[in-house]
Amino acid sequence: MSETQPQKTERPLSPFMLGTLYRFQLTSFTSILHRATGVALTVGLLMFAWWLVAAAIGPGPYDVFMNFAGSAPGMLLLFGFTVAFYYHLANGIRHLIWDTGLLFKIENAYRAGYAVLLFTAVLTAITWYCVLMKAGI
Amino acid sequence: MHMKWDNHGMKTPLARARGLGASRSVVGGWIKLRVTAIANAILSVWFLWFLSQTIGASHAEFTGRLADPRNAICMILLIISAFTHAVLGNREIVEDYFHNEFFKITKLIGMYLFFFAVAAACVFSILKIAFTMGV
Repeated sequence: MSETQPQKTERPLSPFMLGTLYRFQLTSFTSILHRATGVALTVGLLMFAWWLVAAAIGPGPYDVFMNFAGSAPGMLLLFGFTVAFYYHLANGIRHLIWDTGLLFKIENAYRAGYAVLLFTAVLTAITWYCVLMKAGI
Repeated sequence: MHMKWDNHGMKTPLARARGLGASRSVVGGWIKLRVTAIANAILSVWFLWFLSQTIGASHAEFTGRLADPRNAICMILLIISAFTHAVLGNREIVEDYFHNEFFKITKLIGMYLFFFAVAAACVFSILKIAFTMGV
């Protein structure tokens, strides 16, 4: 440590955005969820890659994939990816709109946030209704 | 491991901070993230349609559909766009939450290598199916 080094002082840190210190905000909740679903979809890309590579290798590995995708854990995973996909898609569009400078008024940011959640729920429900109908369940 | 921003007594604070800012090269990544977001949103519509056609399909049915040039092209575009978007998005998260420079850079390099390999495997698989399994 040289003499020129400024004294290190403990600076106060603002608390984490989620937790008991702040009132619940839809905006911070949708923001963190955007990142979480982004990471989830990255994992989904690996399953996507498995699907394509297995199909390229041949019917054997493809059937292994299809059996997994149709199993209970596989379907649960795919359901999670569906929710993450629709959420990230809708909230991504909300972010793109923000990039143009619109929807920054608090009530509009909230309205768009609720619209994203509604879109996710409705599209996930429609998608899985179609999937289960097609599978004959 | 000595880093540019370490203080060795001889450097002025400005010299330590130079080149570490958020501007310049990162802007390119910011724009790329938005462009691939738009591409992903558009290709998602095709992807949902493609899934609706191939869900539960046998190997022959699936490869037959993917071998259609229109589908193969869309799939390759989706892979490139989605992987680029995933890498940039994860990079943003890593840069925000990993504060140890060594771990941060190791994680970023590992991520680039891994995802590039997986994306290349996907593109090769699509091409193989398109060129050899078409009807």
